[in-house]
Amino acid sequence: MATIELKNVRKRFGAHEVIHGIDLLIKDREFIAFVGPSGSGKSTLLRMIAGLEEVSEGEVLIDGLPAQDVPPSQRGLAMVFQSYALYPHMTVAENMSFSLRLAGIAKDERDQKVRAVARLLEMEPLLERKPRQLSGGQLQRVAIGRAMVRQPKAFLLDEPLSNLDAALQAQTRLELVRLHRELKTTMVYVTHDQLEAMTMADRIVVLNGGRVEQWGSPLELYQNPATLFVAGFIGAPKMNFLDVVVKSVGDHDLCLVLSNGASVTVPAPVDELKPGEGIKLGVRPEHVTLEAEGELKGEIDALEHLGPRAYIHAGLSDGSRLVVQTGGDTTLRVGDHAAFRIRSQATHLFDKAGRALTRSGARIIAR
Amino acid sequence: MRSTWQLRWGLTIAGWAVGLGMFFPILWMFLTSFKTEITAVATPPALFFRPTLENYAAVLQRADYVAFARNSILVSLGSTLLALALAIPAAYSMAFFPTRRTRDILLWMLSTKMLPAVGVLVPIYLLWRDLHLLDTVSGLILIDSASVLPIVVWMLFSFFREVPAVILEASRMDGASPWEELVHVLLPLCTPGIAATALLSIILCWNEAFWSLNLTTVKAATLTAFTASFSSPEGLFWAKLSAASTLSIAPILVFGWLSQRQLVRGLSFGAVK
Repeated sequence: MATIELKNVRKRFGAHEVIHGIDLLIKDREFIAFVGPSGSGKSTLLRMIAGLEEVSEGEVLIDGLPAQDVPPSQRGLAMVFQSYALYPHMTVAENMSFSLRLAGIAKDERDQKVRAVARLLEMEPLLERKPRQLSGGQLQRVAIGRAMVRQPKAFLLDEPLSNLDAALQAQTRLELVRLHRELKTTMVYVTHDQLEAMTMADRIVVLNGGRVEQWGSPLELYQNPATLFVAGFIGAPKMNFLDVVVKSVGDHDLCLVLSNGASVTVPAPVDELKPGEGIKLGVRPEHVTLEAEGELKGEIDALEHLGPRAYIHAGLSDGSRLVVQTGGDTTLRVGDHAAFRIRSQATHLFDKAGRALTRSGARIIAR
Repeated sequence: MRSTWQLRWGLTIAGWAVGLGMFFPILWMFLTSFKTEITAVATPPALFFRPTLENYAAVLQRADYVAFARNSILVSLGSTLLALALAIPAAYSMAFFPTRRTRDILLWMLSTKMLPAVGVLVPIYLLWRDLHLLDTVSGLILIDSASVLPIVVWMLFSFFREVPAVILEASRMDGASPWEELVHVLLPLCTPGIAATALLSIILCWNEAFWSLNLTTVKAATLTAFTASFSSPEGLFWAKLSAASTLSIAPILVFGWLSQRQLVRGLSFGAVK
């Protein structure tokens, strides 16, 4: 059980600053995901919480107590590493009980705790094996088991699924969610895969270039991205962005001209816009439909069939690209010409700086 | 097909040639130690002769071999242990907490091996005299461990570097202090490498002659001094010198033979992992 608080945390490697002042409160029992592309600082941030990386400036508080000067061994946190980092010279049971052994716990009690966790993770037959005799999925379970045995204040997970195949990833995602529910412990999960963050986390923190772009529940981020970056990062396939020019501003509506000359009317934002201003229109693939009278026209250059649905990749007449979700039974083929209609209610608008233009009724939590 | 076959034979022959070439002096010394002084210097060299043990008898009568051998064992083991005790923490910190200067420090340490030992003989001699370390086993241990230290640090550094830092981080997260991390994780993982380093250090210290000859006389003299005492300027006693040399290298030769598997395994530690 732990709250973890970051106050204006900065990290510098020499003169080069990689984390630019992050404030964040991770609540007790929360499953929080740090997501961002490589180089966004998500792993560095996690390692600073763990104590494996020094904090250059600012404070890390664990349960309200400053932790910058507490060595990682004393923080009471457990970590699952991307490469698992099991001790190659120890058996699975020894790997799992190592922290208890260091804590001076008697052998009987250690064995008992290891068995209990092994039973929960269904890996009792593996206990006497060495790591090199295990498969990737089994190594991963041992790594999680090792973290669980010591009943830490919080779990820190650094891309724990990225070395697993797709099927195992999906299964382990569900298991981690189940574990979180059963253990009722704070979990901080780092991933570059927005799907993992969306499916598991209570709350997602999107990082970009060492700054928090936005945080919120998965649906909040999906429905109301605060920046162009978040809009493009959350959701797969990613949101379509089209360059548009403001034609006229009404009380409730906004008329935009697309680069092919067609116009589209969308609900007006609260922020002021002037006719002639160039902005970006964002629309998700599932919010574009195939329609003969649609305002966008293009040629299909790729089709991805996923069974229940298909994604159409089209090159538009002005050179921009569009991804459209359609039913799995589509009869369209590569090379066909098609017209598309944007569901104007479901669009997002971004100014030149990439910030979302707020609409009344939408809750945008940008930092 | 034909060319790989030729290459294999060529390499085999070359390997044996080099091996025999390097082994021949030792073999010749061994044979000479069983000759009489006259057959030892005969031209052309005598390949067939009646072996005799008289040289060994003479050598063992003239000097207390056991005392020299005991000093050699004490000095080589003591120096190695001391060098390891200093080098393990040094290599650990340089391998896992490198700074901008780590490379420079390593090179500087190695560069000390480029200075001939005789360059510091006078200051060392005076220091050892004032510290009452002349002709003591501990004095010799101190100087021998200092002389193997750069090599020991370098070898350990390269072995430690093979261990992924994340495994040590995992142990830190598991609550290990730096000492526990070293004892429970790093050292067990590097056992082959540490063993190879220790073996090499023992061999180097065993064969070390310069300091033994200059800093000891009777009480702490090692087998290298024992051997040297038979290369007398007044007349050549090849057979006796060979017998003394054979006695000096026999223990380390046997030791090296027995531990060669460990040595090779350790030296190729990184390559096969």
